[in-house]
Amino acid sequence: MIVTRALTKRFGRVTAVDGVDLDVGEGDRYGLLGPNGSGKTTLVRMLLGLVYATSGEIEVLGEPVPRRLGRVLPRVGALVEGPGAYRHLSGRANLRLLDAAGPGGARRDRRHRIEEALERVGLSGVDERPVRAYSLGMRQRLGLAAALLRRPRLLVLDEPTNGLDPQGIREIRDLLADLNADGTTILLCSHLLAEVEELCTRVGVMDRGRLVLQSDLAEIRSPTGRVAVRSPDADKAADLLDGRVEHRDGDRLLVRAADAAELNTLLVTEGLRVTEIGAQRRSLEEVVLNLTGTGSDRLDREPQR
Amino acid sequence: MITTELVKLVRRPRTWVSLLLLCGLPAIVAVFLGVTEIAPRPGEGPAFLSAVLSSGQLYPAAALAMVLPLFLPVSVAVVGGDSVAGEAGAGMLRYLLVRPVGRTRLLVAKLVALVAYVLLAVVLIVVTSYAMGVTMLGDAPAEALAGQDLLSSVSGTSLTRTELLLRVAATMLYVGVCMLGVGAIALFLSTLTDSALGAALGALAALITSQVLVTLDAAASVRPYLLTRYWLAWVDFFRDPILWRDIERGLALQAVYVLVFLAAAWANFATRDVTS
Repeated sequence: MIVTRALTKRFGRVTAVDGVDLDVGEGDRYGLLGPNGSGKTTLVRMLLGLVYATSGEIEVLGEPVPRRLGRVLPRVGALVEGPGAYRHLSGRANLRLLDAAGPGGARRDRRHRIEEALERVGLSGVDERPVRAYSLGMRQRLGLAAALLRRPRLLVLDEPTNGLDPQGIREIRDLLADLNADGTTILLCSHLLAEVEELCTRVGVMDRGRLVLQSDLAEIRSPTGRVAVRSPDADKAADLLDGRVEHRDGDRLLVRAADAAELNTLLVTEGLRVTEIGAQRRSLEEVVLNLTGTGSDRLDREPQR
Repeated sequence: MITTELVKLVRRPRTWVSLLLLCGLPAIVAVFLGVTEIAPRPGEGPAFLSAVLSSGQLYPAAALAMVLPLFLPVSVAVVGGDSVAGEAGAGMLRYLLVRPVGRTRLLVAKLVALVAYVLLAVVLIVVTSYAMGVTMLGDAPAEALAGQDLLSSVSGTSLTRTELLLRVAATMLYVGVCMLGVGAIALFLSTLTDSALGAALGALAALITSQVLVTLDAAASVRPYLLTRYWLAWVDFFRDPILWRDIERGLALQAVYVLVFLAAAWANFATRDVTS
């Protein structure tokens, strides 16, 4: 669906994107993570032909970008860095203008397309108020409607749930899952780990312009080969499992063991009480925080020498 | 895309407010002239104004002379400066390009909308000022201004209504072409920045620089190439016979300005990173 090879973008002396090999497969729900300023947005803008790469290749929907943009973009829906709208016009008028501006789709179906897109994002009842009177969440939904207007095969969404309340976030997540089930590939950029963890099947992590990790979410979250045990008899358990305990914190033990059930049987047959037991899994947060530095919006003083 | 640009232009309240102001100034002047019947002395005030008391039919020409030096180019600079930078400011530029609208296509659509605005402005000014002129100042047959001695003479051969209409139409076209020079500069600056205000101010700076230099004898060496040098040449349409020399030069000069700045706008916009 999307393939980039050694994609690099420099703005003057700043390297915003540095040798990225992105690989998004057909039907993926791909989550692109990374701190602010790590190059996510620049990468997305290059995929959409808004920013031209310094070097490297991009292929979207099997066509080279930006050379064949005219054939790629009609099949792509995008929300880049917040929704845009003409503030003095209503949401419907905005969608009408956007629909009329580009190619494809008959004029007589326009009304139908717009109502369908509004319905999908939960704005079907919106009146003729101008967009300037919309709340942040409504604008976000309108931006999503604009992205969905052409029933795209690929959705590129940058922070789609910005400004939405928890119910709204849930709705959008369900909507994206539905669209994905119908065959739409989704590339979701976010710095909200929970959002990506809930929705995505595959993640890429960016840090300072580089793609430092690209993997299936299931693989990242596979068991680590350790079992976390909580027991009031932690002392005795630690004696029993001597050598296999990697870490102890009060009544919590981290034990090297392949199978939690087996370990449980062992402890219980020795007459030890077990409150909680389970295989240790890395959370996405741990993985990402391990891989990335602070975002570029944090500027500490250089250490004094 | 061209249709949607025109729709945007028409649905924008600012368009109508600026047109109202443009038509309002000549209307106010016509009321004062009609009520007091005190014309500026020949040679003072805007061209033609001293002549219109005898005939309201010439008033459209006087109205164009009033708005041409500043009012009209300012509104053209604002509309032109807003064209691309305004889209960037509203956050819509990226969505239009992703829609997709080709960059060249977008620029052409913006240019067409700008031309439409200029023509609409000129036509409205002429129509409203003709109505005001005839009601406030009467419609005695207009007279062409004799020879070179334009501002001090109101005598000359009489113009038939058809002749007058033709000459006013030619003036409208000429003024329209002159405005495109400013418009092209504003459009170019609009592709350079994401600030619509900045682009409009830049175009105004070019306009004012040119107008100051035109009057400066020390700058005589560059005068023939200045943007506003031949703007007032449309007055020659009302001479008998019509003096074509300055009009032709004016058209050629504006064509050069328009071509150069449109080419620059296209070259810049087609290759630039859109980060707004």
